Amino acid sequence: MIKERTKRQFIPWFYVAIPLGLLALLTFLPVINMFRYSVTNWDGVDPTRQYVGMSNYGKVFTDPEIFHTLFVSIYYFGGAILQIIFALFLATVLSYGLRGANFYKSLLVFPFLLNAVAVSLVFRFLFRGGDGLGPGGLDVLLQHLGLGRFVTQWTGNPHVVNFSLAGVSIWRYIGFNIVLFLGAIQSINPELFEAAQLDRANRWHQFRYIILPGIRRITALSVILAVSGSIAVFDIPYIMLGGANGSTTFVIATVKTAFNLGRVGLASSLAVVLLGIVLLVTFVQRTLFKDEQVDLV
Amino acid sequence: MRKRLVAGVVSSVLAASFLTAIGFTPAQAAPAGWCKQITVLTNRTDIAPTTFTKVYGPQFTAGAGNGTKVKFEAFTNYNQDVLTMMNTKNYGDVLGIPNSITPAQFPKFFSPLGKASVLSKTYRFINEGSYNGTVYGLAQTGNAGGYDVNLKDWKAAGITTPPATPAEFIADLKKIKAAEPDVIPLYTNYATGWAPTAWTNSFTGYAQGVDGQNIMAKDKAPWTAGKDAFIGDDLLYQAVAAGLTEKDPTSTDWEASKPLINKGAIATMFLGSWSVSQFQGAGPNPQDIGFYPIPVKDPKTGKFQTFISGDVKQAINKNSKCQASAQAWLKYFEQDSGYAYSQGGINPYIKGPNGESYTIFDKLGVEYKSLNPAPAGHDSDFANVQKAAGIPTDGTLEQNIIDTARGAKAGTEASIFADLNSKWATGVASLG
Repeated sequence: MIKERTKRQFIPWFYVAIPLGLLALLTFLPVINMFRYSVTNWDGVDPTRQYVGMSNYGKVFTDPEIFHTLFVSIYYFGGAILQIIFALFLATVLSYGLRGANFYKSLLVFPFLLNAVAVSLVFRFLFRGGDGLGPGGLDVLLQHLGLGRFVTQWTGNPHVVNFSLAGVSIWRYIGFNIVLFLGAIQSINPELFEAAQLDRANRWHQFRYIILPGIRRITALSVILAVSGSIAVFDIPYIMLGGANGSTTFVIATVKTAFNLGRVGLASSLAVVLLGIVLLVTFVQRTLFKDEQVDLV
Repeated sequence: MRKRLVAGVVSSVLAASFLTAIGFTPAQAAPAGWCKQITVLTNRTDIAPTTFTKVYGPQFTAGAGNGTKVKFEAFTNYNQDVLTMMNTKNYGDVLGIPNSITPAQFPKFFSPLGKASVLSKTYRFINEGSYNGTVYGLAQTGNAGGYDVNLKDWKAAGITTPPATPAEFIADLKKIKAAEPDVIPLYTNYATGWAPTAWTNSFTGYAQGVDGQNIMAKDKAPWTAGKDAFIGDDLLYQAVAAGLTEKDPTSTDWEASKPLINKGAIATMFLGSWSVSQFQGAGPNPQDIGFYPIPVKDPKTGKFQTFISGDVKQAINKNSKCQASAQAWLKYFEQDSGYAYSQGGINPYIKGPNGESYTIFDKLGVEYKSLNPAPAGHDSDFANVQKAAGIPTDGTLEQNIIDTARGAKAGTEASIFADLNSKWATGVASLG
């Protein structure tokens, strides 16, 4: 009997052993190593490294160049909020059985499937300043629409560059939000909509009193993802501009510190700080939005 | 079984050494350090599948390689990728030394190639790849300081002789802008990151002499008027502030800039001699591309000067089991492949031919110089100061200067240089 019981306790672990092993090897071990590097002055290749205590962490919080990059995240956070609102609107419209809804759905989700390098190259051409190479696509479009006075250096103007990049980010990720919202909306019991229609609730009322409360948890999740996502922005500004002209984000600063300045120790402490921020945000989300059940009826 | 194997190995080694001792080389058994195939890591993604694989590889296999085949692995992101590989023992058999490796680290990663005093009779740029008198890396080609011009554009503005001072350089760019409003007088290639680093790197020695780099390693304020580091970065600042560069530097495009200078839409690009052959090959007007000497004359002789330096240094992985094949490849690549000549460079092999970019220099009587090596025991000083100072060598520094000069970033020229000086001073202090 006892044997049977131990077997039963053992079997589930047997099934998850491989995923757990991979998790430990590819996630936990590197994180532990990152903690170890973060208190040294390692340059990334040298077989020897010296212990420097917490001085790397001191630098993270006192170096204005590093600290400033956190402010760049605000643009992306603003962009992400706009993105959620747009996505919510589009998902609602699509859920009302629009003709050709599937076509529009795939159109909107498409950018999310493109890889960052392709997106960055496309937008580099679109945003080009037009000196020697001819004007970029966006400028041409604006001129044709008679909006020539809005033409600016989309990546060259330091007041505009982060708006442009956040815009690219919206365009790229909005499809992901739409898919999330659509899924949530479709999981709402259709009888509720029928009942509401019988009660002569208009579209706005249906949205306000059925859809919005019904997808509250997905919306909250999206906001949390937006916060941690906007701190961890990397690929598009890195590929398009290499973080130049004030577009350096926290992660770009980390990568440059590690590989261009050869200060892997300091970069590891930056990464630890980032991990801390993300954990904090997740913790806040967990406490604010407990697994509450939404009861629409 | 195991014992027998060991005994067999020992006896065959003994036999081999005996045979070699009496002047016999066994024909079949591969001699120590020779392999059927070696791997070469390179940053030349553009010609690795063509020239390297189709010409150099087979040539080596048929000749000096004694049948050893060569596999080329090319990396776009060479430094980062190879640095990561160097955390293991597998980083190819022959590789270019990534540029953040300091000389003091050479012995930890690479096989010694010989004594500097001996090899310097055969090769140029020996001191750049050696540590404590031992050589670890040989330059693949050599570059001369200077900058590319479109001769037609410069002539159209009435300029036929290279500017002799930084002030004249700016004045000439202004003349170009006035004479040809559609031409970009100077193109920074800001977006690449690496291209504008020439403004900081390529002035070393021009004002302060052949010990420039050693002086800078001890100087607590190298960004001060009259000093090498200041002259280049100041020139960049002045050119951008005067509106002599492209309007939107963030949308510059390196590949697109090559045909632009070839057809004359760009008049000047500040890059070393290695770029000449690329610009000549980028369009129908190779004859319009010229190479001018840096506008700082030797303070003593009053002549134009150029500092030559080695390009990427080729080294042998210390952990490689193919030491002999690797050495043979290195010798072939340096002496017989013709790589340096084909790149229009200065040949690291003293007996080899130089590229053809230097005709203008010869007409002007430009003095060829090279920087003095660091004094014994201080080989890593400059690199260490740079690392400790945290001054970026990836172009961030020059992008900062450009952004400040065009008014896209708060600050003044003086504030940038004060910041650089204070960082550099921390770096110098870290040496103790």
